[in-house]
Amino acid sequence: MTYRLRSSRRALLQGAAAAGLAAGLPLGAARAQGPALKIGVILPRSGYLAQAGQSCQRGVDIAPQVLSDLGHRVEVVSVDFESNVDLARTQAEKLIADGANVLVGAFDSGGTSAIAQVCEQKAVPLVINVAAAPQITEQGFKYVFRNFPTSVMLVRNGLSLMKEMFKATNVTPKSGIFIHANDTFGQANRGAIDRLFPTLDMPFKLVDAIAYDPRAQDLSVEVTKCKASGADFVIVTTRAGDAIRLIREMVKQRYEPKGIVSPGSPGMYDQEFYDGLGGYSDYTITNLPWPNFNAPITKRLGEAFAKRFPQARFGVDAFNVGFTFEAMLVAADAAKRAGSRDSRAIAEALRSTDIADHVMTGGTISFDAKGQNNNIASATVQNLKKTPTVVLPREAAQAKPVFPMPGWRGRQA
Amino acid sequence: MTVYLDIVASGVLTGLVYGLMALGLSVIFGVVRVVNFAHGELTVAAMYMAWVMAGSLGVDPILTLPLIAAALFAIGYALQRHLVEPFIGRPEHEQFMLLLAVSIIVLNGLLLVFGPDARHVAVDYAYDSFELGPMLLDTVRVYAAAAAMVLALGLYLFFRFTDLGTAIRACADNLLGAQVVGLDVRRLYALTFGLGCALVGASGTLMVLMRDATPILAVQLTLLAFIVVIIGGLGSMAGALVGGVLIGVSEALAGFLLMPSLKSLFSYGLLILVLLLRPEGLMGRRA
Repeated sequence: MTYRLRSSRRALLQGAAAAGLAAGLPLGAARAQGPALKIGVILPRSGYLAQAGQSCQRGVDIAPQVLSDLGHRVEVVSVDFESNVDLARTQAEKLIADGANVLVGAFDSGGTSAIAQVCEQKAVPLVINVAAAPQITEQGFKYVFRNFPTSVMLVRNGLSLMKEMFKATNVTPKSGIFIHANDTFGQANRGAIDRLFPTLDMPFKLVDAIAYDPRAQDLSVEVTKCKASGADFVIVTTRAGDAIRLIREMVKQRYEPKGIVSPGSPGMYDQEFYDGLGGYSDYTITNLPWPNFNAPITKRLGEAFAKRFPQARFGVDAFNVGFTFEAMLVAADAAKRAGSRDSRAIAEALRSTDIADHVMTGGTISFDAKGQNNNIASATVQNLKKTPTVVLPREAAQAKPVFPMPGWRGRQA
Repeated sequence: MTVYLDIVASGVLTGLVYGLMALGLSVIFGVVRVVNFAHGELTVAAMYMAWVMAGSLGVDPILTLPLIAAALFAIGYALQRHLVEPFIGRPEHEQFMLLLAVSIIVLNGLLLVFGPDARHVAVDYAYDSFELGPMLLDTVRVYAAAAAMVLALGLYLFFRFTDLGTAIRACADNLLGAQVVGLDVRRLYALTFGLGCALVGASGTLMVLMRDATPILAVQLTLLAFIVVIIGGLGSMAGALVGGVLIGVSEALAGFLLMPSLKSLFSYGLLILVLLLRPEGLMGRRA
């Protein structure tokens, strides 16, 4: 399914005028721009990654107006790759053939790898919103730019935050088990855990690692295996529906670890997780980059989100919406600096990106020689009252971490 | 030790539902001698029916089971009477193409109506477990397996003690003899196809308690049913149940002892082993 978002000339000028007033930009600068930048967005809006893809899409839907307010003109063409890597490649080729100047996507490491190859062949820049597999920016590609941590960065930050949590709560587990989806992202996280765990002086031992098919409908054996290991701490790399099935099985099998923590995978901060598990979703933790809600641009994005999606919660979608919007901002900023819609000129401008005012926590958005932004920080986000809540680092905390987590008994779905 | 008991119990309970699903395939083949390649698609269609009824009426799938089984019976009866009937006696590859076409149409129809996303049915007892000594039994699986056993027993009693069941068995055992004594074979074939589809409907309704409904599940379920009936013996009712339990237990044990992502590999390994050592299946009759 393809749909287009276009702004009329009048609406655009009105938006530019409003933005000029609001953001202090000269009106003439907005009016002097050439034709709109055509951004092709590829996301898994259906299939097993649909929930996250649709969440990212909400960021895409509000981006043209917010970017317009900031003086950028964009035309967006959105396509769905149905959580299917082969289709991701085909959709990328089609978008480029249809004249996209730059591509944005694709939430999934497998799909993003396929799109990256197409972009490299066609010399069209790809700005990654979410995808952590390190190899994507390790292949010497010249047209791939990732404003998202690699799984090594995610896991390093995630493990460090675990230690910080043990220190803050004076509780340390004895042994942990790592259970992960057996896909590109899950394997990348497994590789990072294997590599980093022995080097970070973690205060518990890792007794086992279990891989499972992310499309698997039955995770009972996996949970039995976790329980039988005697581990009192569970590290997970989930996708979406599998996170729900995992917790559901833990409740059924009365497996009560001290904590369930993800070093940066999706699933446990998604609306689907709260809807599916109710009270059982509480106290699970994800260590991942999170929006800076005090930043003016985040507030502006939140307002646009609330206006466009009154039924959804920005606090829940903020991760996907934030990174997706930032990817589009990065592309629009580069095109503006390049003064051109030419893909090669935009790629050249992307290399000198330096955006200080942005949505996610961390330093300025800039890319190293490999196209990787290394300035993204992580936070410990714990589900409290079915809401993702920052509990660490202390300076950004909205509440204190709850660890060990309370047992399943007494909670309700 | 308790862990192994838990795993085996879980495998047996899941396997009984697998067995019920495969029973539909086995009954149709045993009598009509047509392999229903749309088996998984019809199972998923039943799962969606249960999901729609649970969502719109708030009724537990176990309670809607008779209604869905009746709907699938009607679909199966009509399918046999109007579509499969002209293909009886024609080369097997033509039957295969026909039912493959049916499966593709059903699958794409499901995609068109429900989309590719997984749909979950939430029941009050979704998080409950029974304690049996040191063992923990998942309430959902216990209910689903109990329903599967009741249905399988009902089917056995129907074939063993009713005139209609005896007539259907006569068609399976000696088609010419059945025709000579004046049995309406066309009607009996349609009833059998309907009965097989009703079992598919019942198993789909129970399956939705354990798995989310999604069109991509259809192919997996067709393959699973084939593995179960080939291991148990194509055309053998008891074989389908035994095959289902065997697959359920072996998958659970393989997942625990080896690696969970190797579960399916173990089922296929078992299939190859049975084909090599006992091609007619564990409870099938030698040709």
